[in-house]
Amino acid sequence: MDQAITTTNGPLIAAEKISKTYQAPDHAGRLVLDRIDFGLKEGEIVAILGKSGSGKSTFLRVLAGLTPASEGRVVYRGHEVHEPVTGIAMVFQTFALFPWLTVLGNVELGLEAMGVPRAERRERALKAIDVIGLDGFESAYPKELSGGMRQRVGFARALVVNPDILLLDEPFSALDVLTAETLRGDLQDLWVERRMPTKGIILVSHNIEEAVEIADRIIVFGSDPGCIRADIPDTLPRPRDWASAGFRQIVDQVYGLLTTTPQGAVGRRARGEPGATDVGIGYRLPSASIQQLIGLIEALCLPPYSGRADLPHLAESTQISDEDMFVLVEAMQLLGFGNAAGGDIEATAAGRAFADADILHRKQIFAEHILKNVPLIAHIRKVLDERGGHAAPESRFLAELEDHLSEEEAQRVLETVINWGRYAELFAYDYDRGTLSLENP
Amino acid sequence: MAERWGLPIVAWPQRLRPNYWDGIALPVVIGVILLAGWASQQMAAPYQPGQELPISLDPANLPAYGARTVLRMIAALAFSLIFSLGYAAIAAKSRRAEKLLIPILDILQSVPILGFLSITVTGFVALFPGSLLGYECAAIFAIFTSQAWNMTFSLYQSFLGVPMDLREAARMYHLTPWQSFWRLEVPYAMPQLTWNMMMSVSGGWFFVVASEAISVAGHDVKLPGIGSYIAMAIEQRDLAAVAYAILAMLVLILAYDQILFRPLLAWSQKFKVEAIGGDEVEPPWFLSMLQKARLFALAEGAIDYLRMLMSRARRGLPQLRRLEAPGRAAAVARERWLDYAWNAVLLLIAAYTLWRIVAFVQAEVTMHEFLHVLFLGFVTLIRVVVLIALAACVWVPIGVWIGLRPTLAHRVQPIVQFLAAFPANLFFPVAVFLIVRFHLNVEIWVSPLMILGTQWYILFNVIGGTMALPTDYQYVAGNLGVTRWLWWRRLILPAIFPAFVTGAVTASGGSWNASIVSEIVKWGNTTLVATGIGAYIAQQTEAGDFPRIALGVAVLCLYVLAFNRLLWRRLYNLAEERLRLD
Repeated sequence: MDQAITTTNGPLIAAEKISKTYQAPDHAGRLVLDRIDFGLKEGEIVAILGKSGSGKSTFLRVLAGLTPASEGRVVYRGHEVHEPVTGIAMVFQTFALFPWLTVLGNVELGLEAMGVPRAERRERALKAIDVIGLDGFESAYPKELSGGMRQRVGFARALVVNPDILLLDEPFSALDVLTAETLRGDLQDLWVERRMPTKGIILVSHNIEEAVEIADRIIVFGSDPGCIRADIPDTLPRPRDWASAGFRQIVDQVYGLLTTTPQGAVGRRARGEPGATDVGIGYRLPSASIQQLIGLIEALCLPPYSGRADLPHLAESTQISDEDMFVLVEAMQLLGFGNAAGGDIEATAAGRAFADADILHRKQIFAEHILKNVPLIAHIRKVLDERGGHAAPESRFLAELEDHLSEEEAQRVLETVINWGRYAELFAYDYDRGTLSLENP
Repeated sequence: MAERWGLPIVAWPQRLRPNYWDGIALPVVIGVILLAGWASQQMAAPYQPGQELPISLDPANLPAYGARTVLRMIAALAFSLIFSLGYAAIAAKSRRAEKLLIPILDILQSVPILGFLSITVTGFVALFPGSLLGYECAAIFAIFTSQAWNMTFSLYQSFLGVPMDLREAARMYHLTPWQSFWRLEVPYAMPQLTWNMMMSVSGGWFFVVASEAISVAGHDVKLPGIGSYIAMAIEQRDLAAVAYAILAMLVLILAYDQILFRPLLAWSQKFKVEAIGGDEVEPPWFLSMLQKARLFALAEGAIDYLRMLMSRARRGLPQLRRLEAPGRAAAVARERWLDYAWNAVLLLIAAYTLWRIVAFVQAEVTMHEFLHVLFLGFVTLIRVVVLIALAACVWVPIGVWIGLRPTLAHRVQPIVQFLAAFPANLFFPVAVFLIVRFHLNVEIWVSPLMILGTQWYILFNVIGGTMALPTDYQYVAGNLGVTRWLWWRRLILPAIFPAFVTGAVTASGGSWNASIVSEIVKWGNTTLVATGIGAYIAQQTEAGDFPRIALGVAVLCLYVLAFNRLLWRRLYNLAEERLRLD
């Protein structure tokens, strides 16, 4: 079997029919990854994009050997991966530096664990620190460094062990825009100039432009359960210009994929077309903040957009992150305030009316739309109307949600619903007692 | 320079050559080694039961006694540390062990510390016949019990709290479980553990004084130490000697604080995960010595080398090891059945233990007496509640007043900490003297002794809580004209509530423990006894009546557990959920 797989042309690392189910203690498991086939070729950078909760980070952890797959296998150099192996290194979103070790100590840690002799350890660590541009900070503790410098330590720690494969878990998302850009540029320089021994990189991200800039190939993950929706080659010449037509086209394409559901079910439903799948009680409502939603609808309806906008453009002008944007666009479509297609968004009549209305009238429109389009809210309202005292404990609805969602997700969805319901003045919520009611304080 | 004196010195790297700090470091190291040697020799001295151990009230002997007491403290602390590391690690790593270990810890925590002494002394003496070591062990064990549970809980909580990303990084970079325990988990737990150790040692002084003079079931031994010195002073009604002992204790605690805890606290700051900026602690002189004296750099190098050897020896790297994919469904089912079986075993053990205790006590004790002991517990409960309430009324306003003045607070905090560490039992003779002199009601006037040492925790935490209140809030209150009662009700009381609860929990725990020594106090041949479970346990201990000691300890335990569950934990949750400032 060994010989069969270790051919030189095969992928560096391959995932074969990976499924992952989270087993909740009291009810059936919830599928987060659904039969994913994936291969990383030598000399390739692959970006994995998806909405939050699409299981892309989980998938990366399965590849890393940090989380076991429920089904399927990961093959690296002819061996199945069940635990972290040498040759694969990872960079974390939160840096994950040991605060009690200096920069040098952090970088040396992996070598130390491998039993590399002290002198060699020091030499290799200093070289990695040098390469990543951390000279002069060897003796600093992580808390003395800025976010960008900390992530450089994260990169140095990964590169010092000479990995074949570098796994990057949203490495730039905790950094400010400018810092992220610099670090991304430096990483690409190292890669293009072959100054690091790494043969392949997998980048998990929710920033579309970042992915289009770096990757040779973009995998778009669909949600619920996580699956591969599209595999888009990105062969633009490097260095890539964000403003070039080719670049914008790929960005638009990915935006289009991420802001529509595969069947277009939500969009069709919002337009009142027949054949739409139902948004049930257990639907994972996007946790859109009301304030952001109002801001976005207003921006969309005002000039220069006047009701229709290119999503990446709108995201940039409103300074909303891609991750938030997906959530907001999903909410807009769900509530019937807008329709997204092909990376564009257009406000519906209701959306325009909402933008034009005053504060009180907005609440009425909002209430009307959530009652109509969010079955969970309609359900809660109905229960409250029917019950004596017009009140019900939140645990009751939480239990219903947990039939469909994980505990955490259920909590998040209920929080969203409470937020929306409060804004719409459909019901009140008492934090101390944990009850929903119709009374208005 | 070495060549000029013609000394054949190996080419030592610059950082390892001696400097001025070594001038302090060298005597300290040698002194510690000598002291440890002398004391361990003394500890294991031959001894026959009944033999009189001479304790002299001559203050010239106090330094030697003090050294013995300190060594007991250090030994207990070392054992506590080892115990808590092991226990917490197992509890945090094994889900099944956790189910057994954590409830046990919870109960151990509520057992009165002097109860341990009464129960274990016979066993320890039997372990080392013809030597003083058995008694030493019993005393050290009592101190150990005053520290270990607390520290274990702190470690266990820290271990569980290690951030997921750091865990993943450790695995990703192939740290073995052993390595990641020492490089990740223990460092992560360090700040909390250090703080906890300091608090535990504060409590420990109280018990070191109480446990040196052992008087259990015919064993009447006074181990050389400050506690025995004061016991002797009480027997001989020597007020001057009591004063000397208090003075000696003062010096001891100050030294402990300067040499052990100030440096530890400052050093542990570097293990804090967040702390950008924050309050920087002034590096204490002792830590400066440790960090600057080259002698210690040398030791550090040696340790580093050892660790290197270890990690090379444990190089069991997952070099692309191929594992059989486990039959997952079958494994899950098996796990579940093992869980059920384990739960059943735990239940059986618990039921059997309960049955044994009931049988043991029932053979000796009538229902009537049992009810009487319950009543005694209730009396002590009332004392604790009233005292905590009184202490709150006194110390909350004072604490807030101090806390609002930062410069004053910074000066007062160390003093309060010191007061909390000072063993209040040293002052008991004074109280007895006063009660007898002024013919006061024993039932009432013995009570304040219970809270004498523990009230400081309330003050300490209230000051801390007030200082943590953002000044913005005060500005807002001032701006809106919120004053007097409204200011207390809407601003200060909710703001300091979490801190107050923390302090009050500690204070009440300490008071329960103190009841055993404070409900029955002596001065020469005058003995004052108040009604309460503490006095009951103390009397039964002296008589060596084991079923009754067990009954007393169990009932006290029950009260503490119920009190914690029904009152403190609820308040704690309330504070956590609603009144946190972030």
